[in-house]
Amino acid sequence: MTVDRTRGYRVFRAVNAVILTGVVIVTLYPFVNIVARSLSDEFAIRAGKVNLVPVGFTFRTYEFVAADPTFWTNYRNTVVYTVVATAIAMFMTTCYAYVLSKKHLKGRTFLIGIAVFTMFFSGGLIPNYILISSLGFKDSIWAIVLPNAISVFNLLVMKAFFEGLPAELEEAAAIDGMSTYGVLLRIVLPLSKAVLATMVLFYAVSFWNSWFAAFLYMSQSDLFPVTVYLRNLIAGATTGTSVGADATDMTVATNIKAVTMVLTVIPILVVYPFVQRYFVKGVMLGAVKG
Amino acid sequence: MSTTRTIDVSPGAGDPGRARPGPARAPRPPKRTWRQALRRDWQLYSLAILPLLFFLVFRYLPMIGNVIAFRKFQPGGSVLGEEWVGLRYVKMFLNDPSFWQVFTNTVVIGVLTLLFCFPTPIVLALLINELRGRRIKRFVQSVSYLPHFLSMVVVAGLVMEMLSVDGPVNQLLRAMGNDPVAFLQEASWFRTIYVSSEMWQTVGWGTIIYLAALTTIDEQLYEAARIDGASRWRQVWHVTLPGIRPTAVTLLILNIGTFMAVGFEKILLLYNPLTYPTADVISTYLYRMGIVSNSFSYAAAIGLFEAVIGLTLVLSANQISRRTVGTSLW
Repeated sequence: MTVDRTRGYRVFRAVNAVILTGVVIVTLYPFVNIVARSLSDEFAIRAGKVNLVPVGFTFRTYEFVAADPTFWTNYRNTVVYTVVATAIAMFMTTCYAYVLSKKHLKGRTFLIGIAVFTMFFSGGLIPNYILISSLGFKDSIWAIVLPNAISVFNLLVMKAFFEGLPAELEEAAAIDGMSTYGVLLRIVLPLSKAVLATMVLFYAVSFWNSWFAAFLYMSQSDLFPVTVYLRNLIAGATTGTSVGADATDMTVATNIKAVTMVLTVIPILVVYPFVQRYFVKGVMLGAVKG
Repeated sequence: MSTTRTIDVSPGAGDPGRARPGPARAPRPPKRTWRQALRRDWQLYSLAILPLLFFLVFRYLPMIGNVIAFRKFQPGGSVLGEEWVGLRYVKMFLNDPSFWQVFTNTVVIGVLTLLFCFPTPIVLALLINELRGRRIKRFVQSVSYLPHFLSMVVVAGLVMEMLSVDGPVNQLLRAMGNDPVAFLQEASWFRTIYVSSEMWQTVGWGTIIYLAALTTIDEQLYEAARIDGASRWRQVWHVTLPGIRPTAVTLLILNIGTFMAVGFEKILLLYNPLTYPTADVISTYLYRMGIVSNSFSYAAAIGLFEAVIGLTLVLSANQISRRTVGTSLW
């Protein structure tokens, strides 16, 4: 693009810079603030003194939260749910996406329609609740892991990717007598590392972040993921802590909430810089293919 | 999204998923019988079995399960209800004043969300696009879509902390000499809080698709416009905006489709009895009716109503857009 040197354009660039700086600040401020709160003295927070820097710097709250066995059980649950759910979701999505990517397949339109229709119409909360209950999935990992095994959006992204692979390779392998399973496992999947990585991340993040299924179907606190632990904290439903003198307090200290939030988000923040360009690629893959 | 090009079942030239080497290049008859297809592609079909089972059980069974909206359900009784009661539950919610309140709230919040959260990503994408320097562009983008990766619980927690009596917003109010406001306890504030937090959370992510669409616009169009003497504004108006129109329309249709299902999770986390007058929407109301008070049939009737409106909205938006703009989902 050639550079316009008109005055109007210079003004626009300045305004634009100001606006975008504002966007960046507004986006980041809550994060910085919450980290500052997590490292601050409770009284300083109550006095409204904590902004961007911790006041009365202390790790005590972290130690306090870490000393709660329920927190650790729930944290571990989140890890387990995320890993298992992602594995199942990847298996199901890959299989179906591969089938859908075969343009010659009889009944393909129907198979796609089955998936796409669910994007626009769903059974709703109550029938789902009854279904999960009558399947006996309550208070079990299955309630979290199975009902969300395929995200249609991810499915379509993957299908688009598979369609873009060179058909000749698969054809050659087939002529050499490789079975469909063999082609998928040994030709297609190794060529699809980029999209597979993206999908793993999509699923992992969504399972890591999910809370409602567990909130709905889990009744024992040792089965909760950390998101439900956090939800109970911010809802003030429990103190969230089974140790310490504050345990009887009905309102949870704001620094405890802050610490739990930080600990919940940290894994995502840690992988974020490395994975975000995959995310972007994944979304664009889904979008551009239209 | 990618449903536009799904109709081609024409026999492709390459067909690699086949186990049996056959006359690969020979022109195939356009139609194959199911028997032939099954024999040829049984391995492919076998891969679809589990996913199909998934859709059947977890997506389509619940749709059928909606019959309890027309049957009397008793806890412990049959899953599909005990006896037919016709439209009893539908009539019930149509006569329920609380239902009309939550219906209004749903529409208001839905319209506000659409009004604010649909155009802002377009604007932000255009602004980011004007930035020079890849580094800074990347940085702004990365920061702006960070909130998208947070759990709704964390978002709700952040909102509550920001707006708490000792939080930054109230600090600012106090610094300006005002009294602190208990934002989350006041019904009049709920919609503002909801919509702005929604914007905070989604605007960056929304730009990704538009930025992708912007890169596909032909550079020659800009050149041609410049030669014709178009100013930067005119270039945006006549080249950039038309360039991203198909994307925008597609997203608009999708947004309209989810219009009724306004942020259930977020509202459930953020509202409380004090803010029910403005915050309670159909989905949260049916959650309380169904799950909390065990009126499954009544809640299912409400849910079905909501889903049907949603589907109708997508279908009509799609139809309208096909007629007027020529873009449609299918």
